[in-house]
Amino acid sequence: MTEEKTHHPEPSYLVDTGKYKGLMAWLTSTDHKRIGLMYMYAMMVFFAVGVILGMIMRIELFYPGQQVYGPQAYNGIFTIHGIIMIFTVVIPGLAAVFGNFSMPIMIGAKDVAFPRLNLFSFYLYILGAAIALASQFMGNGPPDTGWTFYAPYSIQTHTNVVAAVFGAFVLGFSSILTGLNFIVTMHRLRAPGMTFFKMPLFPWSLYATAWIQVLATPIVGITLLMIIAERWLRIGFFDPSLGGDPVLYQHLFWIYSHPAVYIMILPAMGVITEIIPTFAQKKIFGYKAIAISSLAIALVGYFVWAHHMYTSGMSTTARWVFSLLTFLVAVPSAIKVFNWVTTMYKGSISVKPPFLFAIGFIFLFMIGGMTGLSLGALATNIHVHDTAYVVAHFHYIVFGGVGFAFFAAIYYWYPKMYGRMYSFKMANWSFVFLFTGFNLLYFPQFIIGIMGMPRRYFDYLPQFTFGHQLSFFGGLLLVIGFIIMLITLFSKKGAKAPDNPWGGRTFEWTIPSPPPLENFDVMPEMGVNEQPYDYK
Amino acid sequence: MEHRDDIGAKLGMWVFIFTEILLFGGLFLVYAIMRSSYSTEFHQAAHHLNAFIGTINTVVLLISSATVAMSITAVQKGNNKLAVILLVITLLCAAAFMINKYFEWGHKIHIGLYPGSDLMLTLSHGQVMFFSLYYFMTGLHMFHLVVGGIILTIVLIKVQNGTINEGRYVLLENGGLYWHLVDLIWIFLFPLLYLIT
Repeated sequence: MTEEKTHHPEPSYLVDTGKYKGLMAWLTSTDHKRIGLMYMYAMMVFFAVGVILGMIMRIELFYPGQQVYGPQAYNGIFTIHGIIMIFTVVIPGLAAVFGNFSMPIMIGAKDVAFPRLNLFSFYLYILGAAIALASQFMGNGPPDTGWTFYAPYSIQTHTNVVAAVFGAFVLGFSSILTGLNFIVTMHRLRAPGMTFFKMPLFPWSLYATAWIQVLATPIVGITLLMIIAERWLRIGFFDPSLGGDPVLYQHLFWIYSHPAVYIMILPAMGVITEIIPTFAQKKIFGYKAIAISSLAIALVGYFVWAHHMYTSGMSTTARWVFSLLTFLVAVPSAIKVFNWVTTMYKGSISVKPPFLFAIGFIFLFMIGGMTGLSLGALATNIHVHDTAYVVAHFHYIVFGGVGFAFFAAIYYWYPKMYGRMYSFKMANWSFVFLFTGFNLLYFPQFIIGIMGMPRRYFDYLPQFTFGHQLSFFGGLLLVIGFIIMLITLFSKKGAKAPDNPWGGRTFEWTIPSPPPLENFDVMPEMGVNEQPYDYK
Repeated sequence: MEHRDDIGAKLGMWVFIFTEILLFGGLFLVYAIMRSSYSTEFHQAAHHLNAFIGTINTVVLLISSATVAMSITAVQKGNNKLAVILLVITLLCAAAFMINKYFEWGHKIHIGLYPGSDLMLTLSHGQVMFFSLYYFMTGLHMFHLVVGGIILTIVLIKVQNGTINEGRYVLLENGGLYWHLVDLIWIFLFPLLYLIT
């Protein structure tokens, strides 16, 4: 029996072997690889919706004054653009897609610790996203509070805030369960001989992320429940006319939502940390520093939330303390950047599409990070608070950072996912369009932000027209880039991918592409002298 | 072929308990801030709560936690029959707690002490905040008590039919852990709401 198995390799996870076939086989699968792909397909749909909403905003902003629709519609559109992009795309983002697909294989496991809970998280994600989207069509019109749901306006507005808030709550619950699953997986299912400090660095970044998911998300959960109770029962925690405090809402909201930025960016950093040594064919520089800096970011990132609130009337002491901590959290991020660059030094670099996107990530992330410091400084913040400068800054982080890392990860693991290659030429063209379009879209926002263009405004003064028009054309280039990328990946079947197309050293490159259902025919082990990035 | 990892399952439960503590942590934070702004009004408002009923509920929950812990030992020793009895006592305690709470809330709502009522609008800000916190915190706690009750009912059925036995009882342990959490949160709610007069 066993002999026969060695002659006939196990079928890949893409072949239905269970009792269902086709779509049902996917929807009922507890296989981490299939769940990862299902997250990816769902996210691509939500991302497309978010991009279209973004372009609708840019069309309205092409000239000053009203062009296509009115201010109330504009408020609704930027709100749902934020809710979709933040809660359904970038927060679950890399952790849900590549954390599910790659992480168990990279640590030498057959699956995550709780496969059924994993599928349940996925359905919670779909449910939460559906509720958030439904808020657009039910009740008294789309919510117009912005994705931050600031009190007291979120309590007073007649729009359908409760549904959107409840959708975000469900999405948070899904995120908590994914984090819990990953923590237990990495504690219990590592391959024999793989100690924590021999674990690859993408799993390490997911480990830090998972702890933030578990320890920060409940705070926003309870805060969103408070908003619902405010609206339904008038409990008044955030309502000054009943003795409540609206600034308290801002604190509670950012206690989660700032760490959420690290939920987004840490897995992105992890992906980059995998890609750079593979394409430089060189051992990662400063393995332990990268691993520990992930935990340091998670820890310090928990205590910087009030830098979103410098103009809210906090005490001076609170402001300088949070400003100081904000500068501190930049240190571990910078450690990673130095390590990536140093890894490339004297490596044999091959500039393939994943590497190109990784370099793009470092460039955009550095601009995003540096402008973050000028926002974290008290004096400059007062000047640019709530301007387009802030919009540009966080798009450089969540789109230039997380988004480009996401594209890099797709190009990196695509051969493993589908067992097929793609056209490098087309992939490079998608990079050219995405990178140029991105900078053309968001860089002008820094400049008009400093000139005084407020964020979330429907109308503007004539001197900002040129900046907004540049942004519009940047947006067009971006959309072309996405279309090229989709064609590259999904239009036709590429050549068959080898098991290890990039010469990677982590476990996922030792198994067939696409992997069999249980990942490994022989469970892998790590020897005493082995290291995760043993390049020659 | 079956993969089984009791330590992993318990680790998962502990991590989940951390998230629950932080969920309530947000409320305790609001409580701390409101009480420091309105300390005298909180003391006045707390007079409206019945410390006697609160004490009874505390004792009831402590007993229920003890019986859950004992039921685990009973299963470990292979005595499923005793474990069933102990779990039934736990569930009865939970029911007693709910009945007590029903009368407690019912009385307050009857005299008009609830968020958004006309009477509430005549009270001072601090007292409004106190009663809002009282309903929100005990309400969320009750919701957890009901969830814990459902979990323990499922566990009870499995102990009854022998799916949970001396060789395999991690589900009972996890159910018990959750129940202790419900108990623990009440241990903090009780003095913060009832005993600050």
